[in-house]
Amino acid sequence: MNLDDYSLIAVYSAMAVYALAFIAYAFDLATRSTPAPATAERELVGAASVGRVAAKPRIEASRVDSAGLDTPASRATRPTGNRSGKFVAIGTSLTVIAWALHVTADVLRGLAAGRVPFANMYEFALTGTLMITTVYLIVVFAVRQYDLRFLGTFITGLVLVFLGVATVNFYVPISPLPPALQSVWLVIHIFVATSAVGLLALGFALSIVQLLQSHREVLLAEGKAVKLRFLASLPNAETLENLAYRLNVVGFIFWTFTLIAGAVWAERAWGRYWGWDTKEVWTFIIWVVYAGYIHARATRGWRGSRSSWLAIIGFTTVLFNFTVVNLFFKGLHAYSGL
Amino acid sequence: MTRSSETESSGTQPSDDRDGRAKRPKRDLAPDVARPADAIDGGSGDDGRGPGVQETSLGFIGWLRFGWRQLTSMRTALLLLLLVAIAAIPGSLVPQRSSDPNGVTQYFQDNPDLAPVLDWFQLFDVYSSVWFSAIYLLLFVSLIGCIIPRTKHHWQALRARPPRTPARLGRLAGYTERTVVGDPEAVVADATLILKRLGYRVERYEAKGQPSVSAERGYWRETGNLIFHTALVGILVAVGIGGGFGFAGQRVLVEGQSFVNTLQAYDSFNPGRFVDTNSLDAYRLGLEQLDVVYETENQGAIGQPTDFTAHVDVQQPGGETEDGIVKVNGPLRTNGTDVYLLGNGYAPTVEITAPDGTVVFDDSTPFLPQSAELTSVGVLKVPDGLDEQLGLICFFYPTQDELASGAFTSTYPDLVYPMLTCNVYQGDLGLDDGVPTSVYELDTSDLEQLTGGDTGVDSIELMPGESAELPNGLGTIGFVDASGGDVAATGDYSNSVKRFASFDIHRDPSQGWVLVFAILVIAGLVLSLFVPRRRVWVKAVPGEDGTVTVQYAGLARGEDPTLEGAVASLADKHAGAYEPAGPPSVE
Ligand code: HEM
Repeated sequence: MNLDDYSLIAVYSAMAVYALAFIAYAFDLATRSTPAPATAERELVGAASVGRVAAKPRIEASRVDSAGLDTPASRATRPTGNRSGKFVAIGTSLTVIAWALHVTADVLRGLAAGRVPFANMYEFALTGTLMITTVYLIVVFAVRQYDLRFLGTFITGLVLVFLGVATVNFYVPISPLPPALQSVWLVIHIFVATSAVGLLALGFALSIVQLLQSHREVLLAEGKAVKLRFLASLPNAETLENLAYRLNVVGFIFWTFTLIAGAVWAERAWGRYWGWDTKEVWTFIIWVVYAGYIHARATRGWRGSRSSWLAIIGFTTVLFNFTVVNLFFKGLHAYSGL
Repeated sequence: MTRSSETESSGTQPSDDRDGRAKRPKRDLAPDVARPADAIDGGSGDDGRGPGVQETSLGFIGWLRFGWRQLTSMRTALLLLLLVAIAAIPGSLVPQRSSDPNGVTQYFQDNPDLAPVLDWFQLFDVYSSVWFSAIYLLLFVSLIGCIIPRTKHHWQALRARPPRTPARLGRLAGYTERTVVGDPEAVVADATLILKRLGYRVERYEAKGQPSVSAERGYWRETGNLIFHTALVGILVAVGIGGGFGFAGQRVLVEGQSFVNTLQAYDSFNPGRFVDTNSLDAYRLGLEQLDVVYETENQGAIGQPTDFTAHVDVQQPGGETEDGIVKVNGPLRTNGTDVYLLGNGYAPTVEITAPDGTVVFDDSTPFLPQSAELTSVGVLKVPDGLDEQLGLICFFYPTQDELASGAFTSTYPDLVYPMLTCNVYQGDLGLDDGVPTSVYELDTSDLEQLTGGDTGVDSIELMPGESAELPNGLGTIGFVDASGGDVAATGDYSNSVKRFASFDIHRDPSQGWVLVFAILVIAGLVLSLFVPRRRVWVKAVPGEDGTVTVQYAGLARGEDPTLEGAVASLADKHAGAYEPAGPPSVE
C-alpha cells in the first residue's frame, strides 16, 4: 500500500459518507412541511399582498421586523423548517465527516505525487468537488442570517456523482507534472477556478430553488394548490434570489481572476496571453454569461426568474466546460491525462 | 429592503435627475446614478419622456436619438452580451485558422462539401469574422455610450451635497427611532460626527424646526463600476492597436547553432501591421545545449518528460554576451522580445561523401517527432556534388526496437539504442523551379527509389559512429557521433545525437497595457460589487417634555444587504450615549 492507495480508500469512504449525508438531507426535505414560525410571517406577507385582510396585524409585526428592529439575537435564530431539524443536522454532520475524508484523500494524493493534485481529469475532479463542499460548508457556517442547509441535498448529490464518475472512469495512476504544467500559475489558476466553481454551484442551486419558490408563490397568489411542500420552510423567492446573487457575484469575481490568471500563464507557457483555444473560448463564454446575469439583475424586467435562468445557464456552461470540453474538444489544454 | 430604492425611484414622480435639476424634496430620493433608462436604479425610466414623444416632434433626429437610446439601454447591453456568448461557441466546435491551421486543412480534407460552406460563413475565423466583430463592436459602442454620460454624472455627484432629508423617513429601509433626553441640535451634531467618522459625506438640514443630517457614502461603488467598464474598453483598444506593433517569429536551432534576430533568419515570421521589419534589434541567440529529463522511477510514467531546459547565449547588438535559460513556462525576455521554447527533438548529424572523397553533405537536420517515444522522421537533400541530386527519407529511433511486424519503433524517448534508417531517392529534387519546398518534405513522385520498399535493396541502418555504402556506388553515408567518439570508447550513447529546439520569438508591446487594464478590471469589479453605496438620515424631532425622538433611516443604492444592520448599529451607537426617555417605541 502506498499513499495513493490510502488516498483512494479515503475517496471511497468519503463517497460512502456523502451518500449517507445525501440521504439524511433528502429525508429532511421530504419531512419539511410545516413552516417554522419565523418563515410563517414571511408567508403571510406574501399572502397579504394578494389581499388577505386577516393577515394584516401580522404584517405590521413583520414589517417592523424587517425594518431593522430585530435584534442581532433574533437574526441568529436559524429556522430549520422541519419540526425537529434532526435530519438536516445529521446531514450536515455527515457532510463535515465526508469533507474531512475528502481533504485527506486530496492531500494524500498530493503527497503521493509530490506536487499539487491538479494534473489530470481525476485530480481536477477530486479537488474541484472538494472545493464545492468546502464552499458549501463555509457558507453554511458563515451565513448566520439564513439557514442554507437545505442546499445540502443538491451539493452532496452533485459532489457524489462527480466524485464517483471521476474515480470510476477517470482514475489514473500518479504521473509527474509535465513541463507545461510546472508553474506557480497552475496552483493559482486551478485553486481560484475551483473556488469559483464551488461558489457558482451554490448560486446555481439557489437559483433553481428560487424558480421553484417563485412558481409556488404565483400559485399561492392565485389560490391554487401547491406541491413540493418543503418549499414552505425555505426563504421566499426574493430572498433566495438575493442570496444567489451574492454567491454568484463572488463566484464571478473569482472567475474573472481565473480568466486573467489563465491569460498570464498562457503568455508564459505558450507565448501569447490569448489565442481562442477551446478552453479559453469556454472560459470566456462562462464569463460573459455571468456578466449578462449581473446585468439582468440590474435591468428592468429581467430581475427575478429570468435572471435565475441566466444563472442556471451560466452554471450549465461551467459544467459543460469541465466535462464535454475537457473530454471531447481538441485544444492546447489537453492535459486531462486520459 | 433593497427594493425600497426601486419603489422610491420608479414611481410616478417626474424625475429629471439626469439633468441635475432635481429640486423638489421628494425627488431627492431618486438615485442620481445616470444609468440607462431601463437600469433598475436608473430613476428616469418612467418619466414620460418616452421615445415616442420625441419621435413625433423631432423626426429624423428623434429617430437617431431613439436608436441611440435603444443601443445604450441596459436591455440591449444584456442582449449583446448574451449574443457574444452564443457567437463565441462555433469557434470551439470548428478548428480555427488562428489557433489550429492544420486542423482546418484536415477539416477540408474530411468534409470537402461542408467545409467551403462553413468557410463562407467565416466559421474557420470566427473571432475575426465580420459577424463576430459586428456584435462586439456594437457592444462596445453601447458600452462607451453608457460610460460617457455616467462619468459626467458621477463627476457631478462626487461634488454634490447629500440630498435634503426626506420629510417622512418612516417608509425607508431600516427605519428606527429612539427617544432620548437632550438638545435636538446637539443630538444631530453628535450624529453628524459619528457619520463623518464612518466615512459619510454629511450635510445639515432643518425643516419645520426639526434638525437633521443627511449622509451619503460609497461613491467608490460607481467609481469602481466606471473603472471596470472603462478598463474593458482599454483592453479592446490595447489589443486592437497594440497587436499591430508586435511580431511573432519561429526559428529552429540545433545545439551549437545560433541566429541573428533579423527577418531573413526566421523560419517563419508574422509581423503586425505597423512593424518595420528592417529595424529589428539585431541580437544573436545561440543554443548551447538542450537538456531533457525523463521520468525514470515512477513505473507508470517512465519516459514521460519532466523537464526541458535550453541553455542559450545572447550576444547583444553592442557585443557583450550573456548566458540565459529558456524553459517551458519560463521564457527569456531580452531586447524587447520574449523567447519561448515550444518544441524539441533530435537532429542527427549525417555526412555524405562522394566516391572521390569530397564531402557533399555534412549537417545536423532537425527530425520531426512522430510519437511520445520520439520516433522521428526527417529529409536530407543533397543538391550538389553528385552526378544526380539525391534525397533521403530517414527515420530516427532514439531507443530502437522491432515490432512483431518487423517494423522498427522507438520504445523510449532518450538515447539508449539510437538508430537511423534511410531510404535513398535519386533524381531532380525540384529545388531549382523557384517553387518553395518544405525542408521537412520530399516529393518522391519524380524520383527513383534506390533502397527500401520494392527495390530489393535493404534500407540503410546506422548507429552513431557507423557508416555505410550508398547503393550504386554513389558514395558513403556516415551517422556522425556527436559526442566526439564516446560511443566507440564507452558504448554510452547518451550524447551521441544532437537535439534541436524550436523557439518562438515574440514582441508584443501591448501586453503590458492589457495586463494593467485587466488589473483595473478586477479592482473596479471588487469596488463596485462590495462597496455599499447608501444614504443615511438622522432626524431629531423635539418632544414636549425636553425629550427628543431621533429617527434613523437608510436608502440603498444598489445591492446592499447590510444596510439595515448598519442603520441599527448607528442608532445603537448614537442613542446609546444618551439617557433614554422611557422604553424605545415603535413608529
Ligand atoms: C463589454 C460589455 C460589458 C461587460 C463585460 C459588462 C460587465 C459588467 C459587470 C461584470 C458588471 C457588474 C460589476 C459592476 O457593477 O461594475 C456590470 C455592471 C453594470 N453595467 Fe456593464 N458590462 C458591459 C457593458 C455594459 C453596457 C453597454 C452598459 C450600458 C448599457 C452597462 C451598464 C452597466 C450597469 C448600469 C451596471 C451596474 C449594474 C448594477 O448596479 O448591478 N454595461 N457590467
